[in-house]
Amino acid sequence: MAVVIPPFERFYSDHRDEVYGFLRRRLGPGAAEDAFQETFLRALHAYGRLEHGRELRAWVLTIARRIVIDVYRRQRPQGELPELAAEDELPAFEELAGLTNGLPPTERAAVVLRYGYDLPYERIAAALGSSQEAARQAASSGVRRLRKEHRR
Amino acid sequence: MTVSPDLDRRFRDAAAAAQLLDAAFDLVDSPLGPLLVAATDRGLLRVMYDAEPERELERLALVAGPRVLRSPRAVDRARRQLDEYFEGRREQFELELDLRGLAPFAEHVLGELARVPYGTTTTYGTLAAQAGAPKAARAVGTVMNRNPVPIVLPCHRVVGASGALTGYGGGLDRKVRLLRLEGVLA
Repeated sequence: MAVVIPPFERFYSDHRDEVYGFLRRRLGPGAAEDAFQETFLRALHAYGRLEHGRELRAWVLTIARRIVIDVYRRQRPQGELPELAAEDELPAFEELAGLTNGLPPTERAAVVLRYGYDLPYERIAAALGSSQEAARQAASSGVRRLRKEHRR
Repeated sequence: MTVSPDLDRRFRDAAAAAQLLDAAFDLVDSPLGPLLVAATDRGLLRVMYDAEPERELERLALVAGPRVLRSPRAVDRARRQLDEYFEGRREQFELELDLRGLAPFAEHVLGELARVPYGTTTTYGTLAAQAGAPKAARAVGTVMNRNPVPIVLPCHRVVGASGALTGYGGGLDRKVRLLRLEGVLA
């Protein structure tokens, strides 16, 4: 029986945008580009040894997630690791996304990045193009607003 | 979020530079229309007229392996030599060829074809005789028609015994234009 693995070009075209989006949300624009290359080079390295072509999306996202963890390890040598849902298919983001729908865009982004992705304020600030203090304020006012809505 | 063209190109370059591809391909502009050019680490694998990359992906993967990626850099050498040929500045290609999967007879005939000089023609019968099978002119025609690397292996230089152009895998019009370029036809 023929092994059905799509040509790498098709796999890459199908998943590159999603992988890049995932890495950008986790790492910010600069580091995301390096991590993107690394993800697909690792995938390419292993691609010839795949035994089937199922679940390729989950497979490449797992590779990307491991690389994100590596980047965090390199950045925080003390071993202070944010909790990354390394095994779950659904990141906390997916749950928060629904809850935070009603927030103003900046607050929503800050809440999701802080509590969905455990990003430090430094990175959230970079992602929002604001100061760390502004990022902190956006996240906390977002949380206050959510609490208020929740009580109602 | 969309990957920028620059990041995309850098990945494709890196993949080729790391020699992680079973085959790389790109479209190369030419006066005869875009050519799909594919290469492996062994050499040039395909030159195709009127190719639809999406459709050819599977076929390349079947021949070379699943790690097929479009990568302009990987075919730069072939692109440069093809450009020079079409500008009339190159009469011979200096490219390794990857002719895997060919039957021994086809390989033999293509080996003879490679020696037909620029600006000349030969006949199917002559080529058959040179390949040691003088009665196999028709089979030689089939080999020409399936030439995996036209232009580079010059099947356009093979004509019928009467001098008629007979046929060409890429269409007779292209054969005429190649022979004009080489000064065989006015």
